[in-house]
Amino acid sequence: MVIPLHVSGNGGIAAGMRNLNAGSGGADEGEPRFLREEDEGDDPVVGVSAVAEAEGGLGAFALADVSVSYGRDRVLEGVSMDIPAQKVTALIGPSGCGKSTLLRCLNRMNDEYGDVRVTGTIALDGQDVMAKGVDPVELRMRVGQVFQRPNPFPMTIFENVAYGPRTQGIRARDELSAVVEESLRGAALWDEVKNSLKKHAFELSGGQQQRLCIARALATKPEVILMDEPASALDPISTQQIEDTIAELKSTVTIVIVTHNMQQAARISDLTAFMLRESLDRPAHLIEVGDTKHMFTNPDDPRTESYITGRFG
Amino acid sequence: MSEPFSSRRNSPGRTTFRRAAEGVARGLIYTCGWAAIVVLAAIAVFLATNAVRAMREAGLSSMLSGTQWYPTSEPGKFGLLPLVLGSLYVTGVALAVCVPLGVAAAVFISEFADKRLTEVMKSIIEFMTAVPSVVYGLIGVAVLIPFVKDAFGLDSGMTALTGGVVLGVMSLPTVISISEDALHAVPVDLRRGSAALGNTRWQTTVKVTLPAASSGIFAAVMLGLGRAIGETMAVLMLTGNAAIMPTSVFDSVRTMTGTIAAEMGEVVQGGLHYSVLFTVGLVLFAITFAINLAADIVLERQRKRWRR
Ligand SMILES: Nc1ncnc2c1ncn2[C@@H]1O[C@H](COP(=O)(O)OP(=O)(O)O)[C@@H](O)[C@H]1O
Ligand SMILES: [Mg+2]
Repeated sequence: MVIPLHVSGNGGIAAGMRNLNAGSGGADEGEPRFLREEDEGDDPVVGVSAVAEAEGGLGAFALADVSVSYGRDRVLEGVSMDIPAQKVTALIGPSGCGKSTLLRCLNRMNDEYGDVRVTGTIALDGQDVMAKGVDPVELRMRVGQVFQRPNPFPMTIFENVAYGPRTQGIRARDELSAVVEESLRGAALWDEVKNSLKKHAFELSGGQQQRLCIARALATKPEVILMDEPASALDPISTQQIEDTIAELKSTVTIVIVTHNMQQAARISDLTAFMLRESLDRPAHLIEVGDTKHMFTNPDDPRTESYITGRFG
Repeated sequence: MSEPFSSRRNSPGRTTFRRAAEGVARGLIYTCGWAAIVVLAAIAVFLATNAVRAMREAGLSSMLSGTQWYPTSEPGKFGLLPLVLGSLYVTGVALAVCVPLGVAAAVFISEFADKRLTEVMKSIIEFMTAVPSVVYGLIGVAVLIPFVKDAFGLDSGMTALTGGVVLGVMSLPTVISISEDALHAVPVDLRRGSAALGNTRWQTTVKVTLPAASSGIFAAVMLGLGRAIGETMAVLMLTGNAAIMPTSVFDSVRTMTGTIAAEMGEVVQGGLHYSVLFTVGLVLFAITFAINLAADIVLERQRKRWRR
């Protein structure tokens, strides 16, 4: 079931700014980053982005009939849904229903997990991310990810955040410093670390490390950030800080978040998708997706209702 | 009143027994640890007592600074510098061979090769460890000596370079397998974090994985170095054993180990030459000890950094 979503309004300006940023970010101009060489001729990125922008913001996904198999084991089947730009979309469902798997389809991180086959179409701002010419490495600069366990690199706070921009070719120190500050502010970590940017990232607390990972993802100026249970390893106060950060971020970035925590999904998301694997010998499905308030008060599907009430109350 | 942890099985007698068992285990571990230190000290003392005569008659400083090694002339000249330099030249060449090749092979195995290729390469490496050093020497004599002679237009192919290259190959398994362990220990989350930021696998390896594994790789190199500096048979067969001050890697050299092995059989037990050879052994011991100590200090510093 696809619920059409019409995002109107304020996305346009932010998207325009983001485009400028992306332009100045790619330092080695000769080499198109998103596309492999054979596709240099037609330039779908720019064209489609322009369309998406006109429709209201960058960073919208459209999934159609997405299925995923690990080797022979088909774990997810027929997922079709729209993920609107500059909103928070939550994926909920019991353990093993393929939330992480679906999330990883969006930045093609499944490529890193061995023998994984994804079928169907996944379009980011109208462009098929699984098309042959799309370089996953380039896609991931537009679709960042925050992992379940904080995984800062073994280097300083500054270097952690500067890592992505350096990959994009930014070398100038003042430019890097500006990006680092902006990203740390975006992740609500700046005030805590502004005087200790040279400190090793491992000296931070778990919650700070996770916000550092969010800053690190922000630094490549992505259109979308994927979060896989980002607060599940954190204490309540750190969780609260992460949730506040997400609320701040959604004015500029699309966020797709997997969460086990029903209250969390209800608190922070605009849209909720419920997935379920009804028996082990059948793949999981998307049961229902819709406005979060609607999903939590008056879901269309009885299975959604029983899951939410079972876990919620 | 029932205590939460009390149960009849945990009777006082059982606890006493457990305490005693733990005491015994702890005692055993302490004993083993101290035994290692005692043995090490005993070796040093043994070498030193046998070297006393040489130090008294030839003088430690004149041995260490002497550039001439003519132990059988009258009176004997016991300058150790040619031997120390010989060892350093050979070891230097060995390092130049085994560090880049070894680290590259480890990176390939741990980051790029598929499972089957990894298995194959690991068996090859295990096999390389099992080959006796005299066999490496033979291959060097048959292949490398003539090659070095022709390639560089030398009078003799028996050079520090020849010995060093073979030594480097012999140290490869150590460097590869320990570096590979170090790379393997880097959490996969870090690699994924880097990939998710739009890095290729190669960029991730250079920017995250290798630096994260650097302390382990350093340890690997040190162990390889230890193996190279202590190796005797292959260098004896390949370096020509001229005890002169080397000026380049194309000179024939005699290493400390080679000297002890070649001359020990011909000296009068308890004589001056005999005692000097023990001094050589003592110097070798001191150098190896210093290398290991340095490695430990660096590793400990790195470990502190890693601790979360
Ligand atoms: N790397 C993998 N290889 C094989 N099977 C996997 C892998 N990752 C996940 N799976 C399987 O796919 C299914 C969905 O897993 P996952 O996406 O992690 O679910 P969730 O995040 O909802 O708990 C599970 O049955 C799991 O065993
Ligand atoms: Mg999961």
